[in-house]
Amino acid sequence: MMRQGKIRGLVPVILGIYIFILYGPVLLLPLFSFNDNIYMTFPIRDLTLKWYGQMIEEKAMITALWASVKVTAAIASTIFGFMSAKAMVTYKIVGKGYVLALIMVPLVVPSIILGASLLSFFRQFLDVELTLWTVALAYTLISTPFSLLVIMARLEGFDRSLEEASADLGMSAWQTFRRVTLPLAMPGVLASLLLSFMVSFDEFMLAFFLSSNQATLPVYMYGLLRFPDFLPAILALGSCILVVSVALISTAEWLRRGQDKTLH
Amino acid sequence: MNVSEPMIAIESVSKLFGSVRAVDDVSLDIARNEFFAILGASGSGKTTLLRILAGFEIPTTGEIFVDGESVAEVLPNRRPTNMVFQSYAIFPHLNVAENIGYGLLNKGLSKTEIASEVDQMLQMIRLHGYGSRAAHQLSGGERQRVALARALVCKPKVLLLDEPLGALDKKLREEMQFELRQLQRLVGITFVFVTHDQEEALTMADWIAVMSKGKIIQVDTPSRLYERPKAREVAEFIGNINLLPGTVRHIDGHVVVDAGKIGEFQVPLGDRVVSPGDTVTLAVRPEKLTLRSERPGSGFNALRGRLTAESYAGDRSFYLVEVPELGKEIKVVDLNEASSADRAAVSGDDQVWVAWPVESGLLLTG
Repeated sequence: MMRQGKIRGLVPVILGIYIFILYGPVLLLPLFSFNDNIYMTFPIRDLTLKWYGQMIEEKAMITALWASVKVTAAIASTIFGFMSAKAMVTYKIVGKGYVLALIMVPLVVPSIILGASLLSFFRQFLDVELTLWTVALAYTLISTPFSLLVIMARLEGFDRSLEEASADLGMSAWQTFRRVTLPLAMPGVLASLLLSFMVSFDEFMLAFFLSSNQATLPVYMYGLLRFPDFLPAILALGSCILVVSVALISTAEWLRRGQDKTLH
Repeated sequence: MNVSEPMIAIESVSKLFGSVRAVDDVSLDIARNEFFAILGASGSGKTTLLRILAGFEIPTTGEIFVDGESVAEVLPNRRPTNMVFQSYAIFPHLNVAENIGYGLLNKGLSKTEIASEVDQMLQMIRLHGYGSRAAHQLSGGERQRVALARALVCKPKVLLLDEPLGALDKKLREEMQFELRQLQRLVGITFVFVTHDQEEALTMADWIAVMSKGKIIQVDTPSRLYERPKAREVAEFIGNINLLPGTVRHIDGHVVVDAGKIGEFQVPLGDRVVSPGDTVTLAVRPEKLTLRSERPGSGFNALRGRLTAESYAGDRSFYLVEVPELGKEIKVVDLNEASSADRAAVSGDDQVWVAWPVESGLLLTG
């Protein structure tokens, strides 16, 4: 009993260390982004928002341009994810486990290998120019596993007889999809859109290989890291990405959990 | 439309899943406006048969006619049947009114027409004012009534019900048995329901088909199924029954069955065809038996045993009589309607006579 009590007392301490190691370095980013000094050193001199101003002036264009690509990839991976999830849940497919594993492969293949092989595939095998859209294809490839998992979990949660009931009440297959399947899967679809957008948003390696002369945000930031003058603006940019990421992931998770309420 | 023609005609329908014959060469007619039960244990193929009627399964072979029209390969959304699912399948993203009106969306009705039909249905199932409730706010009984209304609003020729009372607790189930019965009379639609609960089938249905291993083994009225089961399986499935194996000794008016050491019994021939030497089973329901302290006279069969258990349940009493030569106990039910001198004489671990009138025995072959 004594020992157990002691260990239990240590839990907050261990948790504190854990959170500090995990999030401490990340939090330096926003902290120094408000610092009126181009070097990341303590003590903090003055608080300023000028780096944010500089960032908005310079990077707004890239952000907007690439956002459209990422949205396209998110939509494409959600569509593919939905279709494969529906097939997985509805039909008895021979070798279902293998098919699933195949779709999951991009999750485990190191992205440097994926990037290098896609580059040679596009350039040497297909002989196409590297554009925004080759990156979009690569993004779709790596986000589809996330979409599939999120949507499949959602579809597995509901009663198969709901779709049968809809057919029984006179609806065609398409009407059943539109009136029953899609509305019920909607939280999963939204979570998938957000997640796959995030996956592409953070992606560096594929963009580094495939984006030609039009750098994505992470690639652009990587390029600027060499110049100390740009560092604070990058910190500001990084802070913004951090906030958006946390917000998007939290929303996705909140949507995914919302399923319990609507299903029962 | 010929009214004497059955509403549903199932003609040698089989359904194979891989090599499993879920439904095995079933032929069945279901009359108009009937409350028809398909009764069977789980795995008997009853649910598959219902799903074939609804269109969710296509029969491997055979034909199905609903109101004279062949439907075996018609999609579920184009059939004149509607179904109440075991889980009720209430759409969780729609409210009660939207659930009930769902089947009308495709029928080219105006919004006001749909609303008034839905309103009538809500009245009928006594859930008036529940239209805007969310599905998850409903109790089990309410969900069932919404599922019924949602199917009936489409005015099907046949309503299919898959274990309609299975998800309800005992008390509610008994109430709903009457309600379903009344509802069927009110709407005058053919109801076909599937159940594993023999009591449910006996109390609600006009006709019952008993299924086992994909085949229909008897189709009859509840009372005939109970009183005159054609097969041992039916007799055992419906209610309690005592079975005495034996061979036919001879036939003179009644069949005389030689049950070895426990004796010789008489049993009416019924519509059986047997000849001396055949292996048969004599079956008798527990409530046809009486306990006596002395061997009864002619017109009765009797066997001797030891009373091992007795339990009093108010309107009836249950007894178990051990018959060593039989290797099992005989069940006796006594409806406590009159105090019988004979019964009073029976007590404790007495040796007793179990007696029954010759006419209440059943001869089962196989």
